[in-house]
Amino acid sequence: MTILGDPHIAKTAATATAITPSKVTMAGALTAALRDSMTADSRVVVFGEDVGPLGGVFRVTDGLAAQFGETRIWDSPLAEAGIVGTAIGMAMYGMRPVVEMQFDAFSYPAFEQITSHLAKMHNRTKGRVALPIVIRIPYAGGIGGVEHHSDSSEAYWIHTPGLTVVSPSNPADAYSMLRDAIASDDPVIFLEPKSRYWSTDTIELPIKTAPMTSAVVLREGSDVTLLAYGPTVRTALEAAELASLEGLSIEVIDLRSLSPFDDETVGASVRKTSRAAIVHEASQFGGYGAEVAARVTERQFFFLAAPILRITGFDIPYPSPRLEAHNLPTPERILSALDSWQW
Amino acid sequence: MNDDVAQREEPARPTAQPISLISNDGAAVTDSTAAGFALPDSATLLGLYRQMVISRRFESQVMALTRQGRLATYPSALGQEACEIAAVASLDKQDWLFPTYRDTIALLARGVTVSEILAFFRGDWHTGFDPYEHRIAPQSTPLATQALHAVGLATAAKLQGDDTVALTFLGDGSTSEGDAHEAFNFAAVWQAPVVFVIQNNHYAISVPYAKQSHARTLADKAIGYGMPGYYVDGNDAAAMYAVISSGMDRARSGGGPTLIEGLTYRIEAHTNSDDPSRYREKSEEDEWRAHDPIERLGKYLANANVLTPAVSEKIASEAEELAANTRDAMNQSPVLDPLELFDHVYAEQRSSLLEQRAFLENELATADGGSER
Repeated sequence: MTILGDPHIAKTAATATAITPSKVTMAGALTAALRDSMTADSRVVVFGEDVGPLGGVFRVTDGLAAQFGETRIWDSPLAEAGIVGTAIGMAMYGMRPVVEMQFDAFSYPAFEQITSHLAKMHNRTKGRVALPIVIRIPYAGGIGGVEHHSDSSEAYWIHTPGLTVVSPSNPADAYSMLRDAIASDDPVIFLEPKSRYWSTDTIELPIKTAPMTSAVVLREGSDVTLLAYGPTVRTALEAAELASLEGLSIEVIDLRSLSPFDDETVGASVRKTSRAAIVHEASQFGGYGAEVAARVTERQFFFLAAPILRITGFDIPYPSPRLEAHNLPTPERILSALDSWQW
Repeated sequence: MNDDVAQREEPARPTAQPISLISNDGAAVTDSTAAGFALPDSATLLGLYRQMVISRRFESQVMALTRQGRLATYPSALGQEACEIAAVASLDKQDWLFPTYRDTIALLARGVTVSEILAFFRGDWHTGFDPYEHRIAPQSTPLATQALHAVGLATAAKLQGDDTVALTFLGDGSTSEGDAHEAFNFAAVWQAPVVFVIQNNHYAISVPYAKQSHARTLADKAIGYGMPGYYVDGNDAAAMYAVISSGMDRARSGGGPTLIEGLTYRIEAHTNSDDPSRYREKSEEDEWRAHDPIERLGKYLANANVLTPAVSEKIASEAEELAANTRDAMNQSPVLDPLELFDHVYAEQRSSLLEQRAFLENELATADGGSER
């Protein structure tokens, strides 16, 4: 193994990302963000399972090994605690590792390293040791994955103080938020919605969208605030479009950052609409929607005309490919839930 | 890039018997038990002896304070001084140490002050020292997790062309953890400049070695990872120093990681809340007390006329001075500020935490808000 043979970090010539507007997939936008971050900062290194010559099982690191060489991006042994644990040591030495957990459920072996060490190091050293690490996790379903390939694990991470947890829903945010995540001095769990990897938008890269920790109003409306993130943003937008045909005006907010939670943006919307619902793929009990419903209720109770609803996956292990459609929130299921309110 | 796997050399195998350079009666070992390692010079050995004596006095003082309820807890390394002090003595200034909760005297030996060390055991919320000042990671309570941090840090140093080596302690119990395996494997695959020092003190709280591993020695595990392994008498400071130093040299010269097992014994209980009489015989403890690492090295140095009565007296008075400093440090009772609990959770502070901080601040402002203020 000679991956670390060159004692000096390769200084790679700046490689311009395409700057004319073109169709960009979310996967491609993520690749561009990694490339541009690695070009801008020699402390940024990428490693994980199959991220080298293969370019990752979702090809998010496509071409980076050839461009940057094995001192900047390399395949690690197949062990997630090892990947996160060694990233912690590298960050202690001043590097900014971006590591990939190949699939959501495969991040669980790294749970202790993430919750007991990554999340706590800054606090237990009284701020002396920061760990600027990004853990990229392809998550959620909708791709016909076999078991353990479609989990939505966000509730585990958002419950851990010390972690920033974000999830983009479109190519522009994927680029901008990953750049922000890599630039952050806090550890970031970067949840990439697998079902959106191949969605395209016509955008110019590089692009700077709202800060990683902000929610964004994607569609204005006056009757309902519909909160979504990652894979369910598209579902929420489709529901809003359908509802508009029936005269119901839905405001769709892409939360983008799960932790921290953007109280201001959500609060302003709920005070305007008086009604709110949250959509996620993850199971309901103890899920992210429960936190959002409680938090928004506590802060906006006197503006609310109805209880906050959760449209989520069922409280079951993620189903097999032939049955997963029954578990995923749909526009119809969202509108049906909104109908349950007294209007 | 793939190297030629078939051409890889077989790493050094652990010896059948623990490597020893000074016998229990204080004589230099010259036969095959030394495994070709040379006895360190007298000045080095006297330095080890001095620090071991000081460390033991420090621990006896801390244990006394713990029994008085002045510390929340304290895991003692009594009997393991040879491993602890030899390891720290093998480090250069640019190297990093990744200790566990039991390795407090290693921190002391590397220059962390008594009050910095005791902050954590007294119940403060943070690691009392600056890891970057001393190049020591926070003492790890979860087992074997710090070994991966050591591998990562060493790899980063290697990538940057620095000659920094990371040394991490492990215990016999922690070798059962998955993180230990992953650390050994990552270190070997990446040829990271790391030295793993396993202190096999025979017990993981109450569970004996026999129930922890079926391996002949823990050093044998190195072979499966493709790195050299050394089985060493962990109560022989000279042997531990020689073997660890050679591992540091190997790492520094690009030779990759080394796994070293020091066979030793935890004389004290796991912590002050443990009761060893429930799981081991007093006679076993006595047997190991008769193999004391400090007495052994002292005998050798006295025979060599290096440890004269005058030198011995000087070391004893240094130890007493440290004990007095330790008592003084405990008599100063720094006020803990509960509001600090919110200040370092994130590098980039959040408004939601500031709200909770303000809540607690308001509560503390009321008459009986908080006992710490």
